[in-house]
Amino acid sequence: MSYSITVAAPDDPSAVRPTGMRTLKRQRPERIALQIAAVLACLGVWHVVTLLKLNLGFITFHNVPTPVDVARGGWDFLTSSTAAKHVLASLRRVGIGFGLATIVGVVTGMLAGRYWPFRSVVMPPLEIIRPIPAVAWIPLAILMFPSSEASMVFITFIGALFPILLNTAHGAEAVDPRLVASARSLGAGGAQTFREVVFPGALPNIITGLVIGIGTAWFCLVTAEMISGQFGIGYFTWMSYTVQDYRGTVVGMILIGILGLGSSLLVRRLGDAVTPWRRLDRKQ
Amino acid sequence: MMTAGDRTPGHVEVVDLRVRLGEGSQAFDAIVGINLAIAAGSFVCVIGPSGCGKSTLLGALAGHLSPSQGALSVDGRVIVGPSPERGLVFQQQTLFPWMKVIDNVAFGPKMKGRAVRLRRDDAMDMLRLVGLDDFAGFYPSQLSGGMQQRAEIARALINHPSVLLMDEPFGALDAQTRGQMQRQLLETWQKVTTTVVFVTHDIDEALFLADRVLVMSPRPGRIIADFTLHFSRPRDASLLLDPDFATLKTQCRELLGEGQSASLPRLSPIGAAPATVTAAT
Repeated sequence: MSYSITVAAPDDPSAVRPTGMRTLKRQRPERIALQIAAVLACLGVWHVVTLLKLNLGFITFHNVPTPVDVARGGWDFLTSSTAAKHVLASLRRVGIGFGLATIVGVVTGMLAGRYWPFRSVVMPPLEIIRPIPAVAWIPLAILMFPSSEASMVFITFIGALFPILLNTAHGAEAVDPRLVASARSLGAGGAQTFREVVFPGALPNIITGLVIGIGTAWFCLVTAEMISGQFGIGYFTWMSYTVQDYRGTVVGMILIGILGLGSSLLVRRLGDAVTPWRRLDRKQ
Repeated sequence: MMTAGDRTPGHVEVVDLRVRLGEGSQAFDAIVGINLAIAAGSFVCVIGPSGCGKSTLLGALAGHLSPSQGALSVDGRVIVGPSPERGLVFQQQTLFPWMKVIDNVAFGPKMKGRAVRLRRDDAMDMLRLVGLDDFAGFYPSQLSGGMQQRAEIARALINHPSVLLMDEPFGALDAQTRGQMQRQLLETWQKVTTTVVFVTHDIDEALFLADRVLVMSPRPGRIIADFTLHFSRPRDASLLLDPDFATLKTQCRELLGEGQSASLPRLSPIGAAPATVTAAT
């Protein structure tokens, strides 16, 4: 995954654990310089090919805006009266869809991971639905939900549900049986064992599911907004294209990236905050 | 020895016990024909070759494995499932990683609904008993292997079990720590009144700790020898030089037929090898 960019000093125990932004602080300056240079190089290539309106036959940059254009477009967007509406509309849909997916996914996953009769009833239908990409649900979602708002939230929900559910189920199933046995030998009943051992034991996997889920939620939301919607970043991106405001299209894309990255980082941070025991080698 | 009117709890009785593990064609008898009476408050070690079923016997006593035949009881009450009356200590790493040491130790009282302040006070007392009071606020992964095992023992003892079941609790420790742990366990045991059933494959360890050593055969495990030891307590390292110790050690070694039996996969008190836990459907 992000292994190569999060490697810290060799004598640092956290070097072997990819832990996101936290380790960036510990990186050597030359590494950070190299990373910044890589991003700048990408911007440079973008600038040159769009400035030259490079046309290679199979690909053309004739209509692609330059970085400077996009920066201006970004400023225009951010200072426009509708910017907040677009961003808030998308944030709200992701919030509701992801929130519902979290509740349904964690509850179903915990039960499916621990109780085979429940798993046998619930998992087969879900396994059939799972390979269907959330995008393919869009027409049906529009038919099923009278409000386009609800259909978009539904698509987001579907997108986030499976990573959360499957990771939770896996985590609940993989809890060390010796820990469960220890709890029983210490006097814990069934419900107490579930709350005190199975849930915290599965928590790291649940958090992994949530981090993946928030990413897929954004992915699905933007697609849904391109098709039905009046506000939202996805809608803005597609609308800009249809009115030939190509700067706006790229601004929308970048905004989606930033919001997606920001929300995954937020989920990861919250996850770290509720699992303090996993940060120990970083603290010491 | 036991008398009819003995009031100390922790008298263990095993009658004609057989435990079958695994499913279908994979099933096998882990232990057969075990008959055993353990006096309340005594320290019994069970030794035997790897995979012989000594941990299975422990698992049955803990209530995690049910007998296919026969019965087990403590103080006349038949064992039907796990209970805090019968504390269990595994070989390693079964403290709850998400709880600080003090909360791990306070787990038993918490399950009984004891208030936070009170159960933490209880836990501190237990941590003092095992010499870990300075580490109450640490997470298990911050402790050494030996300290983790001490915390495990404290966590089991806080429930005042009549029987303490230990499955090779020092098996994963280095020789020096192991020696310290053995001496400390005896010290602790002398302060609490509990029967100890201690499984090990280390003959020295068994002879150093026990009032009584049971030797088991290779699988299916049966008890093939039963030694009562009369070494005085408190014991220290000089015991290892005692000629009687050496004699017993030789006898045990011959019984185990050291190096001759093919080594079987280790069993655990909760069933066969953990790897055979059924995968997702």
